[in-house]
Amino acid sequence: MTILAFFLWSLAKVAVVTVVMLMGIAYTVLLERKLVGRIQNRWGPSRVGPFGLLQPLVDGAKSFLKEDLIPTAVYRPIYLLAPIISLGCALIAIAVIPFGANMGPHGIDLFQISNINVGLLVILGITSMGVYGIALAGWSSNNKYSLLGSLRSSAQLISYELALGLSLVGVVLRAGSLNLRVIVEQQATLGAATWNILGGGQIVAFFIYLMAAFAETNRSPFDLPEAESELTGGYHTEYSSMKFAMFFMAEYGNMINVGCVATLLFLGGWTSPLGDLMPPFQSTLINAFLPIFWFVIKVFLFLCLYVWVRGTLPRFRYDQLMNFGWRFLLPLAILNIVGTSLWLAWR
Amino acid sequence: MHLILFFLFAGFCLAGAVNLLLQTHPINSALSLIVVMTSLAVLYLLLGAEFLAIAQIIVYSGAVMVLFTFVVMLLNAGREERTLGSRAATRIGFPAVVALFAVLSTIMLRAQGLGAARLGQGLSNAPGQSNLVLLSQVLFHELLLPFEVTSVLILIAILGAVAIARAETSPSGHAEGTTEK
Repeated sequence: MTILAFFLWSLAKVAVVTVVMLMGIAYTVLLERKLVGRIQNRWGPSRVGPFGLLQPLVDGAKSFLKEDLIPTAVYRPIYLLAPIISLGCALIAIAVIPFGANMGPHGIDLFQISNINVGLLVILGITSMGVYGIALAGWSSNNKYSLLGSLRSSAQLISYELALGLSLVGVVLRAGSLNLRVIVEQQATLGAATWNILGGGQIVAFFIYLMAAFAETNRSPFDLPEAESELTGGYHTEYSSMKFAMFFMAEYGNMINVGCVATLLFLGGWTSPLGDLMPPFQSTLINAFLPIFWFVIKVFLFLCLYVWVRGTLPRFRYDQLMNFGWRFLLPLAILNIVGTSLWLAWR
Repeated sequence: MHLILFFLFAGFCLAGAVNLLLQTHPINSALSLIVVMTSLAVLYLLLGAEFLAIAQIIVYSGAVMVLFTFVVMLLNAGREERTLGSRAATRIGFPAVVALFAVLSTIMLRAQGLGAARLGQGLSNAPGQSNLVLLSQVLFHELLLPFEVTSVLILIAILGAVAIARAETSPSGHAEGTTEK
């Protein structure tokens, strides 16, 4: 494959994945509003289009048309840079996520933008860069609520990143690789029975990952950085119009990324939960798109879990949050690593 | 292709380093340092050391620099004041720096086993194997004892930091700060 062909294919893949991701973000917002509405015994958005399905488009148009206010005392270059960092990091992480097995004409990898053999670490690295968006937004706004929100948020992100990273080590030990495709293929031999969460014995790791992921994405019950009753809006108090929307999109983009990583690492990725029980289809078209179907279904269920937790649980207090992260999740994650290593050595 | 990327990111790296020195606002300097670290990671990647590159991003750009920016933000450090500097520093300092750089780079390139690294080659003694496997074999087989001793050293440093940061308690068991109030 020549460099030009590689470049054009990559460009096409990036364009498709970015558009799908942005649409996914828009409809995750709608999903959340609808589900939380039903949990609270009301309808949620239902006026625009059938079942409120056009609501995200209207919301997007509204954020574009709103007046873009920049307060006078902000530190302008960083104030403008912060939402770009946030959204950029949320959108870049999808580049290493595989949606299906390596297939395609002429050695072109149709279902993954870039197959890196340290893919998992790339995702963790991009996540750790995302902290800057929030920290700088709060600082440059020159507002005490923003600064407090961003400090809380950064402290929370740094604390829970440890537990998050350690919870993934068990999976990496089992697969013996950081390549996301290898990790998926290792757990896909017998369908759901060999997924890391069930047959792999990594259910504790999944629990730790789930908790740490809620905290990483600043979602309820760990949404202290934007606790409305204490901090007005947290780190994005001073942002309006499209800049606020960028933070908002970054949050939902991170939710989707976290869902994708959970799917790949614990839920068997794009493979069918039925394994060999389901007879293979004859049609090539169905066989090509079935992996994407399973992948999307799993991510969708994970997002529903997210919304369900948000609709159900109250917010933590700050000291509870830190105690939970450092004194419970972190030791549990280390125990899980030791346990998994012993089991692998003994087997 | 590799060469273009190398010059691009080497340029970023140098520009970031110069900007780091020239900026008067501490937060701008900290951000320039992040640019330097991240471009260095890309250079490692071009040399075929993908694990090192990502570790550089996670550890330096992600963790160490967040603490740097935190300190700058919390202390709310203002702009530095500029002085013109002494004349001796400009006259002797710059030639001295150039000479030191030349001597060091000559020694490093002449040293046994070191040479100019080639872009996009990967680690040449084990083609087709990932960095991670090689690195962990060296760390956990050949250099196991030094590795463990280093981890003990870091643990001692952490304990020392905790001991210093903890509030000293008076014999009666009350913290010093509370008894003074």
